[in-house]
Amino acid sequence: MTTLPQSTTRKLGLVIDLDTCVGCHACVISCKGWNTENYGAPLSDTDAYGSDPSGTFLNRVHSFEVKPPVLKDQPAPEAQLIHFPKSCLHCEDAPCVTVCPTGASYKRVEDGIVLVNESDCIGCGLCAWACPYGAREMDQVEKVMKKCTLCVDRIYNENLPEEDREPACVRTCPAGARHFGDFADPDSNVSKLSAERGGMDLMPEQGTKPVNKYLPPRPKDTLSEGAGDIDILAPYLEPVAQEASGFLGWLDKTLEKL
Amino acid sequence: MHPAPSVIFFTVFSGLGFGLLTFLGLGIPDVTGWTAFAFFAIAYLCAVGGLISSTFHLGHPERALKAFTQWRSSWLSREGWCAVIALITMAIYGAGLVFFGQRWGLFGVIGALFSLLTIFTTSMIYTQLKTIPRWNSPLTPAMFLSYGLAGGALLAGQITWAMGLLAISAVIQVLLWAKGDGALAASGSTLATATGLGTEGGVRAFEPPHTGTNYLLREFAYVVGRKHSLKLRIIAIVLMAVIPIVLLAAPFSHWVALLAVVSYVGGALASRWLFFAEAEHVVGLYYGKR
Ligand code: SF4
Ligand code: SF4
Ligand code: SF4
Repeated sequence: MTTLPQSTTRKLGLVIDLDTCVGCHACVISCKGWNTENYGAPLSDTDAYGSDPSGTFLNRVHSFEVKPPVLKDQPAPEAQLIHFPKSCLHCEDAPCVTVCPTGASYKRVEDGIVLVNESDCIGCGLCAWACPYGAREMDQVEKVMKKCTLCVDRIYNENLPEEDREPACVRTCPAGARHFGDFADPDSNVSKLSAERGGMDLMPEQGTKPVNKYLPPRPKDTLSEGAGDIDILAPYLEPVAQEASGFLGWLDKTLEKL
Repeated sequence: MHPAPSVIFFTVFSGLGFGLLTFLGLGIPDVTGWTAFAFFAIAYLCAVGGLISSTFHLGHPERALKAFTQWRSSWLSREGWCAVIALITMAIYGAGLVFFGQRWGLFGVIGALFSLLTIFTTSMIYTQLKTIPRWNSPLTPAMFLSYGLAGGALLAGQITWAMGLLAISAVIQVLLWAKGDGALAASGSTLATATGLGTEGGVRAFEPPHTGTNYLLREFAYVVGRKHSLKLRIIAIVLMAVIPIVLLAAPFSHWVALLAVVSYVGGALASRWLFFAEAEHVVGLYYGKR
């Protein structure tokens, strides 16, 4: 059924911390690995070693440059580079689900995970058109719609050791920038993190009510903070030779004269 | 949006076919026997040909029947139902006209209604998408319906109807372009809202997630030919409305009418190409593209 459930018992999803993500793309690779070897059609690559490589991924990391607004005491703020992992946000009002003509796309009542039943998918692509976040990709070899499953085949998988029963991307992240949990429970790790750090929705104006939350980056430290605190080692770091000497000095003087 | 030829062909010809069926269902023109057969053959060729062409862009056309299951929520599914109901009722109605010289009016009216609904549901597949602000407007169904009816009137040989409907289509088309050009800006979606990072202008796409291209860029960030859009718009309007109206104003002959139809179809194809090629999907924002 592609009508959305009125409400879901649990709201499983991710918190992605833009402050800690270092942009290593490890989550991209572990996601591709897990989801190629496990549930559903493998994530294909086409022309992988040729001149026009392309492939299906369920999670991708963008990088953005942010220039904080100019302030009185900080007229030329430093630009920040923000790495921005993006996978399905398992939206409460998921437009990708309601457009699907076959019922292949659905949102689970028990935990809110948005999934595609690949044997029902006709590959019309409409759900990818309806997703504002680019979270769905049509596999070019299998011709069915692929998307993040929230690693549904890991999180409930009793064959895995306890510590591995979380999404591959979360398990892999060396910076601890991705967190997995239940947003319906106000005391869960993800609910608390999101509340403390001001977790935000992407494109709220699209009305999709994403479950996944993004933690904003903290402002960059600045040198001007504190009272003229130049490092205590600074005197030792004073440049020793201000003028070039030897051959370079001669060259400098000769060129000056010309 | 990537202007897939199969979808352009589908929307133009099925619009034309169901437009003609709407007129035939209402008994305009009032024909029976072999003349009726010719009209119905043209209508079914366009409508069914268009529908078949639409299955070419499916990854798994062999599962197409599953698309009838979700009519409660999906416009694409509703379109399938409307098309099948229209084609079946009009087949019964047409058989009455062709083989029995009988007008079973009720079938005609129901068929005409569902033909119109088919064009409407097709347009709603595009209109419903908030992710493509250019399409997310009541002008989109107005454009599809007026194009379908104008083409239908043209094929049905209804000079006065055709001239009026062509003029209306042209006006709606120009309004859709004018409103569409500002639609992305008016939608409020920017790179700043897409990332939650700072204010507009303060955030810039620095490095994309992949060095090659991907499905998202191929499907949603199609920019080729946009620089010719003004020229193409003029060509579309001239072919679709101006030339046919001028030709229809001349004394009627079948050759002139045929020329008007050919010109209309050419214009409609150009306009539909622009409909897709000019549509900006908000996912392009993440890539610093539109
Ligand atoms: S992020 Fe996209 S694919 Fe995922 S639930 Fe939301 S709309 Fe659907
Ligand atoms: S591509 Fe598959 S999952 Fe997506 S809308 Fe079409 S049938 Fe449904
Ligand atoms: S939850 Fe699983 S499928 Fe989703 S992005 Fe992470 S690794 Fe990929």
